[in-house]
Amino acid sequence: MPDNAASKAQPAPTMTNGGAAEAKRQRVRVLISALGMLPVLLILCIGFHFLSDGRFFTGQNLGIVLQQAAVNTVLAAGMTFVILTGGIDLSVGSILAASAMAGLTISKLPDLGALWLPVAVLTGLGFGVVNGALIALLRLPPFIVTLGSLTAVRGLARLLGADTTVFNPSIPYAFIGNGSLTLVPGVASIPWLSVIALLVIFVSWLVLRRTVLGVHIYAVGGNESAARLAGIKVWGVLIFVYGVSGLLAGLGGAMQAARLYAANGLQLGQSYELDAITAVILGGTSFVGGIGSIWGTLIGALIIAVLSNGLILVGVSDIWQYVIKGLVIIGAVALDRYRLQGSART
Amino acid sequence: MNDPILEMRGVSKSFFGIKALRAVDLTVYPGEVHALMGENGAGKSTLMKILSGAYRPDPGGEIRIEGKPVRIEGPLGGRAAGISIIYQELSLAPNLSVAENIYLGREMSRSGLLARGAMREGVGPILQRLGADFLPSTLVAHLSMGQRQLVEIARALHARSKILIMDEPTTALSAGESERLFALIRQLRAEGLAIIYISHRMDEVYALGDRVTVLRDGRLVGSLDKQDIRADSIVRMMVGRDVSSFYKKDHDPNAGKGHPVLTAVDMADGRRVRGCSLTVHAGEVVGLAGLIGAGRTELAHLIIGAAPKISGRLELEGQPIDIRTPGEALEAGIAYLTEDRKALGLFLDMSCLENINLAVLGRDARLGWFLDRDKARERADRAFAGLSIRAANVGVPAGGLSGGNQQKLLLSRLLAIAPKVLILDEPTRGVDVGAKSEIYSIIDNLAKVGTAILVISSDLPEIIGICDRVIVMRSGAIAGEVIRGPTSPLTQEDIMALATGMEHLDA
Repeated sequence: MPDNAASKAQPAPTMTNGGAAEAKRQRVRVLISALGMLPVLLILCIGFHFLSDGRFFTGQNLGIVLQQAAVNTVLAAGMTFVILTGGIDLSVGSILAASAMAGLTISKLPDLGALWLPVAVLTGLGFGVVNGALIALLRLPPFIVTLGSLTAVRGLARLLGADTTVFNPSIPYAFIGNGSLTLVPGVASIPWLSVIALLVIFVSWLVLRRTVLGVHIYAVGGNESAARLAGIKVWGVLIFVYGVSGLLAGLGGAMQAARLYAANGLQLGQSYELDAITAVILGGTSFVGGIGSIWGTLIGALIIAVLSNGLILVGVSDIWQYVIKGLVIIGAVALDRYRLQGSART
Repeated sequence: MNDPILEMRGVSKSFFGIKALRAVDLTVYPGEVHALMGENGAGKSTLMKILSGAYRPDPGGEIRIEGKPVRIEGPLGGRAAGISIIYQELSLAPNLSVAENIYLGREMSRSGLLARGAMREGVGPILQRLGADFLPSTLVAHLSMGQRQLVEIARALHARSKILIMDEPTTALSAGESERLFALIRQLRAEGLAIIYISHRMDEVYALGDRVTVLRDGRLVGSLDKQDIRADSIVRMMVGRDVSSFYKKDHDPNAGKGHPVLTAVDMADGRRVRGCSLTVHAGEVVGLAGLIGAGRTELAHLIIGAAPKISGRLELEGQPIDIRTPGEALEAGIAYLTEDRKALGLFLDMSCLENINLAVLGRDARLGWFLDRDKARERADRAFAGLSIRAANVGVPAGGLSGGNQQKLLLSRLLAIAPKVLILDEPTRGVDVGAKSEIYSIIDNLAKVGTAILVISSDLPEIIGICDRVIVMRSGAIAGEVIRGPTSPLTQEDIMALATGMEHLDA
C-alpha cells in the first residue's frame, strides 16, 4: 500500500504536537475528573475540625460520619448505574421503605426470621426490575416511571405494615446495623454498615470498569442509538441498571431495619432519592449519561455526610443546615462546571 | 478588480501552545465565491471561528473589513462586522417560526409586546428575493434541510452581512436542493456579496469557485484563480504530495464468482423499501447508488435487522438466515458502517480503545464477563497500526479525532469481528482526501481476502472508482444494475439515468 506508507511518513508536525499535547491535556483532565470533589471533601473536613475546636477528626466522630454515609452511599451506587445510562431513579426511597417493611415482617415469623435479609434485598430487586422493564420494554421515560413508583411503592410500604411502625428488638443479624468490625482490637474498628457500603462501591467499580456489561452501560449512556446498532442489548442493560438500583435500595432498607430494629412505611426513606442523586452529581457523573465514576459517588456521599455531621458539631441550627447544604451543593457543582470548562474539548 | 472587502494578514491562533493557524493571509473581494479547502484539521474551522468572533486571534495579525482594521469579539462580533456564518449543523430553533428565527436576538416589539405581524412582514421581501416557497409563519421544524438553509441565508441577508461563510452547505442536501442552493449562491454573488465556501467536494468547487485558497496544517499553501482550478493541483496542495492512484482497485472482481456470500430477496419495510433483491459475492465490491431518499440506507437497515421488515429473506453463504437485530447480524458476520458516525456509530466520550473493541468485548471476555484488557489493548494497537489511525494514543476519547480518523476507528470496530459481509454507508463522508484514499485501499484489501462488500455512496466518482458493479435504487426499488465490462467502464451517466428514471439514455 504505497499510499499508506506515504501518509505514514507524512504525519504533519502540528498533528503530532497536537496529539501529544492533547494526550497531556487528556491526562490532566482524567486527573481532575478522578480527583473531582476530593479537595472539597478535604477542605470541608479540615474546616469543620478547626471550627469545632478539634472535635471532627476523632476516631469516634469519624465512625459516626462513616455510619451516617453508609445507607446513602449504597443508594447512590445504584443511582450511579442508572444515571450513567442517562436515566434517573426517583423511587429508591420508597423501595427502601418497602424492603425494610417486608424484611421486618418476615423477621417476626418464628421459623423464617433469618430469611428477612434476602427477602428485603429481593423485594428491592423486584421493584427495580419492574421499573427497568417498564422503561426498557415499553420505552417510557425513566423520570415518569420512577415518579410513579415513588408514589405507588410508598403506598405498598404502608400497606405492608398496615400503616403502623413494625418493631423487632430481636431481629437476626442486628450486628450489621450497630456493630463494628474490629480492625485492631481496642484501637480501630469500622461500622459494619460502612463495610457494606465500601464493598458495594468496590463491586460496583468492578462491574463498571472491569466487565463487558460495564462498558455496555457507559455505551448506552453515551449514545443509545449507536449502542443498539453495535449489537448491544440496550433493553437488557436498562433492566440491569434499574434492577441494581432497586436491589441496592433493598439492601439500604435492610441496613436501616437492622440499625433501627424498626421500620415505618410512611416515614422511612423519605426523600432519600434526593440525597442519592446529589451524591452522584457531586461525584461528577454527567446527568446526560456516559460519563462518571463510582469513586466520585463515594466522595459525593461522604461530602453530604460530613456536611451534616460538621454543621451539628459546629452548632448550626437545624433550619440553617438545610440552607447551607443546599448552597454547598449548588456551589460545588458550579465549581465543577467551571473547572471542566477550562479543559473542554476544542 | 475592486477593493477587497476582507483582508486577513498574518493571523495566527494557538491553543495551549499548539499553533492551529500560522500567519495566514486571506483576501476576499465582493462579488466572488472564495472556496476554502483543506483536509480536516487544516485550520479552516479555526479561521472561520476567528471571523465569527468565537475565537480571538493571537496578537500580531490584522483583520481589515472594507479597508478598516476591526476587532471581532464575542459571538455577536462577527455579525456586527458584517460577517455571517452558516454552519454545517444549522443553528435554527425548530420550534419557532421562520420569521422568529430570522429576527432571533433582535426581535421587534411594540410597547414591550412581541410584534409578530411586523416581523413577518419584515422578512417577506428577503424570502421573496431568495425565491422561498414557504411562509414567514411556517415552523422551521416543518421545513426540509434545503429550506432551512434558505432561512439561514435570509437571516444573514437580514442582518445586512456583506460576507457569508458557508461550511459544507450541501452535506445534508439532496441533489436537487444542492442545485437550487448553487443558483442562489450565484445570484448572491451577482448582488455583490462575498461568499467564503468551505467544502470537501471538488465538483462544487469547480461549479462555484472564483478562487480557491488551500490550507494545510494551519498554513496557507496558496490560492488559485478560476482558470487554474484543477483537481490534481488542489489535491496536491491539500495533501502535500501527489495522489497518483487516488481510487484503489487491485482486487480481482471475478475471484468469488459463483460464490455468493450475501443474498437478500424481496426485502421490504412497507414504507421506504419496496421489494429489493441483491446478491454480493465473495471478494466483490458492489456499489449501491441512488438519489438521496431512494431507500439505500433503509435497505441496509433491513438487512442488518435495525428496522422491522414486512417481507424478505436473507441467505448467508447459501444458508437461509434469520436476522432480527443488529447484534444477530454482527454474530452472523454482517457488519454495517453507519452513514452518521457521530449519532449512530461512535461513542465520542469513550476512548478509542473502547470504541474499537466494543463489538468483540463479549467474545474476548474472561469467564464470559470480565474484560480482557491485554487483548483489547493489543487489538487497538493493531488497528491503529493497520489502519494508520492518528491519535495521541488509544486512550484518548474518540470525539477528539478528526473525521477521517473517526471513520477509520469505526471501521476497525467492524473489522474486529472479521466480517463476511461489510456494508459501508457513505464511508468517506466528511473525510479528508488523505484518509479517503486510505479508506479505499482498506476496502480493496478486504476484497482481496474475500470479504463481500456493499458500498452505499452518493459520490459517483467514488463508486465508479472502487466498485466492480453498481446496483442502482430508485424510490425504494432496485432500478437496475450497471456492470463494468472489460471494454465498457462504469459511467456516471448510466448510473444517473437509472437513478433518475431516464433509462432511455442507457444504450
